[in-house]
Amino acid sequence: MTATVSITHQTSLERTKLIRASLTRRNLSEKIFRGLGLTAVVLALGFVALLFIDVGRKGIPAFVQSNLHLSVTFDPAIVGGEVPPVQVAGQSDADFQAANLKWQRSVAMLNWNKVIEASLRTLVPAGIEISSKDLLTIAETDARHEVRERFVADHSLLGKTVDIDVLASANAANWIKGNIDRSLPDNQQQLSAPTRAVIDSMVANGAISNGFSWSILTNVDSRSAPASAGLLGAFVGTLYMMLIVIVLAVPIGVASAIYLEEFAPKSRLTDFIEVNINNLAAVPSIVFGLLGAAAFINYMHLPISAPIVGGLVLTLMTLPTIIIATRGALLGVSPALRQAALGMGASKTQMVFHHVLPVTFPSILTATILGVAHALGETAPLLLIGMKAFVASVPATPFDQATALPVQIYLWQGNENRNFFEPRTAAAIIVLLLVMICLNGVAIYLRSRLEKRA
Amino acid sequence: MNSLIIAGMLLVLLGLAYQSGWSRSRGLVTSAGVKVHSRPQYHGSYVAIWALLPALVILGLWGWFGDGITTNFISGQIPADTLSGLDPVALNATIARIKSLASGYGVAGDVQPFEQVAADALRSFQFITFLVVVGAAAVAGGAALFYARSRITARLRARNAVERVVNIALMACSGVAILTTIGIVASLLTEAIRFFSFVSPLEFFFGTVWNPSFSSTDTGAHGQYGLLPLLAGTLMITVIAMLVAVPVGLMAAIYLSQYAHPRLRAVAKPIIEILAGIPTIVFGFFALVTVGPFLRDLGGFIGLDIKATSALTAGVVMGIMIIPFVSSLSDDILNQVPRTLRDGAYGLGATKSETIRNVLLPAALPGIVGAFLLAVSRAVGETMIVVLAAGNSPVLRGNPFEPVATITVSIVNQLTGDSDFAGPQSLVAFALGLTLFVITLCLNIFALYIVRRFREQYE
Repeated sequence: MTATVSITHQTSLERTKLIRASLTRRNLSEKIFRGLGLTAVVLALGFVALLFIDVGRKGIPAFVQSNLHLSVTFDPAIVGGEVPPVQVAGQSDADFQAANLKWQRSVAMLNWNKVIEASLRTLVPAGIEISSKDLLTIAETDARHEVRERFVADHSLLGKTVDIDVLASANAANWIKGNIDRSLPDNQQQLSAPTRAVIDSMVANGAISNGFSWSILTNVDSRSAPASAGLLGAFVGTLYMMLIVIVLAVPIGVASAIYLEEFAPKSRLTDFIEVNINNLAAVPSIVFGLLGAAAFINYMHLPISAPIVGGLVLTLMTLPTIIIATRGALLGVSPALRQAALGMGASKTQMVFHHVLPVTFPSILTATILGVAHALGETAPLLLIGMKAFVASVPATPFDQATALPVQIYLWQGNENRNFFEPRTAAAIIVLLLVMICLNGVAIYLRSRLEKRA
Repeated sequence: MNSLIIAGMLLVLLGLAYQSGWSRSRGLVTSAGVKVHSRPQYHGSYVAIWALLPALVILGLWGWFGDGITTNFISGQIPADTLSGLDPVALNATIARIKSLASGYGVAGDVQPFEQVAADALRSFQFITFLVVVGAAAVAGGAALFYARSRITARLRARNAVERVVNIALMACSGVAILTTIGIVASLLTEAIRFFSFVSPLEFFFGTVWNPSFSSTDTGAHGQYGLLPLLAGTLMITVIAMLVAVPVGLMAAIYLSQYAHPRLRAVAKPIIEILAGIPTIVFGFFALVTVGPFLRDLGGFIGLDIKATSALTAGVVMGIMIIPFVSSLSDDILNQVPRTLRDGAYGLGATKSETIRNVLLPAALPGIVGAFLLAVSRAVGETMIVVLAAGNSPVLRGNPFEPVATITVSIVNQLTGDSDFAGPQSLVAFALGLTLFVITLCLNIFALYIVRRFREQYE
């Protein structure tokens, strides 16, 4: 093709031939290129599918819990002891509390394991010899707290027999669900041979039954009683943080976007703010965690591992996202609308707040929800402000110790009882993903609805 | 209870002020038929702002100084000879006891006579100060209300005044972003400088051993803080992530924007972008329990010794996480290349792939490089995947099948949240954070510069 001779009929024919000859090769490379592209798309889609299938397959079994149906006798010989105090006239609230706590402590000192053991013993089939220590490994360790709390709440139960459902222990649940290989030899099993036989007979006669694990949603985290560990505390912690993010980040973000887009004079300072915001949006989240640790905890002495600090850190992290999205939305409003408003004698502020802002509402709402969803899944900065502490209570206020959903996932994946906690971690991930999918779904729904109306 | 009363008082003040400004303004209109400069809402808001400000200032002052004054008052109530016998801890305990006595909840144990006296005094003190503060706020607000109301005339430019306040509020909000940056830089710098008073910067930036010993007994001997192993680990994981993300992301973007049927594009693009919305902790779990063991078994199958938690595991999963980032940025950039360039290539007889490779990609290259740099900065700062799946082994070596540690992992490990900021063990986190911040800042600025230049080129 490089021939520079004058084009004759002969050379033109030759060139056509040459091109024809190269066409097969070129078409082949076209096909290969196209195939590579398709492969990339399929790979990317495959990763998404793999991730969801993997998490689902691992996590869904954890939503089944093994319930142990016991009929518990509050034997006066075991739990007789002291009677609860009554508040007498003139006694201060503090003194009565102290007396009451003293009684509760005395109740807690009683041997509740004996009560549980006696009721478990009635379920042991004839012919199986089992020690009381082995027998007690069937019920979760918090069963005795549950039974005791019943008793503390209602002292008249003394001497009566009540049906109480407790959780089977994590090891028992592993055995029932088959999370542990049943053919392993005795020395590798977590439960002794007679215990396993008793559990199997209990499953057979209905003393143990499987049900949907509400406890994973309604309980707080627990270390000593893994089968009862739940997400409620983390959920409430996350809720507080998201409320703080919404209350702070949305007004501040929208306000600064309005200022920068509509009012700010073009100056060095506003240029600087603009560069600044773009950079903040790309700063790694862990750096915001360092800021929180140094500024909020070390300097301002806000409480450690509290949702208030987490909320503030996540607010600062979400702010650039909301500002950038809002500015984009404001920029997209047609100039005709602005000019019409100004032409009718509206001031600039009136134009922005009465005419421009309402039009951008769907976009701002969507950006807000997406920003909050992003903040919801953020883990790294929370680890630095101490939210990875073990917290076994529901935080009453944003100033109490708490943890968050993603941090709870981090804590559970590190638990030693892998057989039990791997599914449970995956279950927590499913809960987190469901919350995020709901948020995104709401964002999509609202946007389509509001845009139709506008 | 108290805060409810205060909130109620403020709301009543606000409502009254707005209403009085509004009605006064309406009166102006009806009385003479004069032209009023501002609409009634603005007069109402004008009076409301005037009334609210002094009340808020007084309440704010009390919020700031109130606790100190109360504590001073309580210590003043404790008899001098008892006071001198109390160390600070016991003093705090006594003050807390007196406060809970005064609140009516009472305390456990016997109440000493002086405590009861102090509690009674405190109760009346609290009651009086509360009344005084709320009263002062209400009176000041009311006075300001009347002053502002008296200023309302037909010619008062109330709208301009209100808009100025709104403007200042908006400006203050946009200052938060600057404050955040200043806060980040200041906190990282001050703590990092404190760290460098323990360990010389030379030792930190060029040290090849990372071994921060946690012996808290003396602050003298304190392990080795060499950055290089962490930097090498970060680099290795980033390279692996890019090797996964860039080919897949770029080819997917090319296929979806140039080849795919619009219907496929409409389905596939959002699905790929789901990956961007999944929390990184989920990717970390995925890497730890699925990808890691899979790679280890695969390595065993083909005769390679791959650890389950290794640079490879973390890198591959991080690459998957970054795919949507690369693909959507590249997609935008490919769409910005003018159609004329493509049509010109087709007119010369080039096939589609030749056009893409020889015309489209070179034209889009600066933008794609920018996207690539942004993705790198993402990978460098990524934490949770690496914390879970990279194995945390801060040793300088070049084998991607072995565990490594990165800057972010070490920050998480060093700053556990419950340590004080006294020793280099926790302060090093800020030096690492500063390094990370500077690296990502440079990458971002450079990338944004390139992307912007690219956009301008075709606008």
